[in-house]
Amino acid sequence: MSYTAWIILTAALVGLSCGIIGVFLILRKTAMMADAISHTVLLGIVLAFIVTREVGGTPMLIGGILAGIVTAFLVQWLHSLDVQHDASIGIVFTTLFAIGVILIATSIGNAHLDVQHALMGEITFIPFHTITVPWIGEIPQATALLILVLLVVLFFIVTFYKEWKITSFDPALAASLGIPVLFMHYLFMGLVSVTTVASFDAVGAIMVVAMLITPAASSYLWTDKLVVMLVLSGAFGVLSAVIGYYVAAWIDTSISGSMAFATGIIFLISFLFSPKHGIIAKRLKPETGQTGTDPV
Amino acid sequence: MKEIVLEVKDLSASYRKTTVLHDVNFSVQRGSLTGIIGPNGAGKSTLIKTILELHPALTGTVKFFNEPYNKVKKRIGYVPQRGSVDWDFPTDALDVVTMGLYGQIGWLRRPTRKHKQKAYEALEKMGMGDYADRQISQLSGGQQQRVFLARALVQDADMYFMDEPLAGVDAATERAIMTILKELKAKGKTVLVVHHDLQTVEDYFDHVLLLNRTIINHGKTEDVFTMENIAETYGGNMRWMGEKREHAFHIVE
Repeated sequence: MSYTAWIILTAALVGLSCGIIGVFLILRKTAMMADAISHTVLLGIVLAFIVTREVGGTPMLIGGILAGIVTAFLVQWLHSLDVQHDASIGIVFTTLFAIGVILIATSIGNAHLDVQHALMGEITFIPFHTITVPWIGEIPQATALLILVLLVVLFFIVTFYKEWKITSFDPALAASLGIPVLFMHYLFMGLVSVTTVASFDAVGAIMVVAMLITPAASSYLWTDKLVVMLVLSGAFGVLSAVIGYYVAAWIDTSISGSMAFATGIIFLISFLFSPKHGIIAKRLKPETGQTGTDPV
Repeated sequence: MKEIVLEVKDLSASYRKTTVLHDVNFSVQRGSLTGIIGPNGAGKSTLIKTILELHPALTGTVKFFNEPYNKVKKRIGYVPQRGSVDWDFPTDALDVVTMGLYGQIGWLRRPTRKHKQKAYEALEKMGMGDYADRQISQLSGGQQQRVFLARALVQDADMYFMDEPLAGVDAATERAIMTILKELKAKGKTVLVVHHDLQTVEDYFDHVLLLNRTIINHGKTEDVFTMENIAETYGGNMRWMGEKREHAFHIVE
């Protein structure tokens, strides 16, 4: 495959995984946790590097997952000590991210890890780091990691589909039915973390937030069915990746920046033109509010 | 004396640094329909949540059917306040009712046609059969409450806790819900309902639990629901319209 094809495939995988995970971030009203985790995984990656002295692969994934879960745990803990929820998120992630930045500057030096890279990613270099996978042959390391993560995400979302649904919609009922709501919360934060770590190389910490939240928010405007929302959100993620790449190639600019910009454009179009919840549709229809009539 | 199915001893709970409930002791008999009455901030919802371990208890023990909560979870149904969930969630009425069966369905399994059928029957019982595939944000407040009741019905529990099921619903829904509650009682199920409308207490409930951070009084409605007890519960912020307590209403929240 050509370099261009690898880059687009990698970006599309980011869009797909992030789009699917993002739906539950939105529905669980924890969109800001994506922002937090996307920054704190940096600390996890740095610590993994300090321990193992290598960038990429399993140690990075494990470091990232641990950082994500520690973030979720610390936020929960501060909140239980009467700190407001949004304030706890702000305190925890900035502090952990700062530690990561300091460690990069002081104890890593010249390795393939710098703050610029962490924030923006560098998708153009992805085709140069390849690994050999049995049956398939040589493929870029980041792409292989993203395929693996996509499979993990799909496995957990499909296997626990009804549990995700009920713990997102009505956690109190879920708890009273004996579903471990808190465990599901941490499991989900673990999934957000692996998705973020895997997407890190491609799009970086800031753009991954755009990929996690915006396609899901767009798809929410088009449908009232959870399954459709998941499929649409994944599709919007892939579409943003492809459009973003060509826009970047056309005006010669940052690929990750263009992809995030594309998610924003898709949201804007959805916001204006969605037949269900779009602004224009709402203007054209008379204000009905709750349309249900009561049965007697 | 009828069988005791719920026994609460020395329960207390707090939100942040404020104690919301203290020294709560009471027991409930099988087949009773109890109204939990008290002013805003009296801890009515907290009482239910603490009993069901959805809110941490500071002290005390709760026994259901002489067992701890964990052993009898499946025999207990809970109807949260309607406002506690996001009705814009992408799902329909039938699906919400099916959620009541998730505990029985268990891990790694999907709801089958049989489960959907059961959920549909519960919706029909609440007069909501025609709304099964309606997106939940398209339902009126009363209809949403009926969906919640249907979801509790499919659980087929032996004891129900309901948090303000009659708040902000239309008259038809109120009648439908009360019919169901009386039916549950007739089947020997035990129901506890947080209720806010003093005028209907005597018609609806055979037992009353007057609550204001602790239990002011608890027992049969005709014994407990007296003017003096109500005044004590509401802390004197009551205005009496005429002589009869039916006309009492709460003027200061």
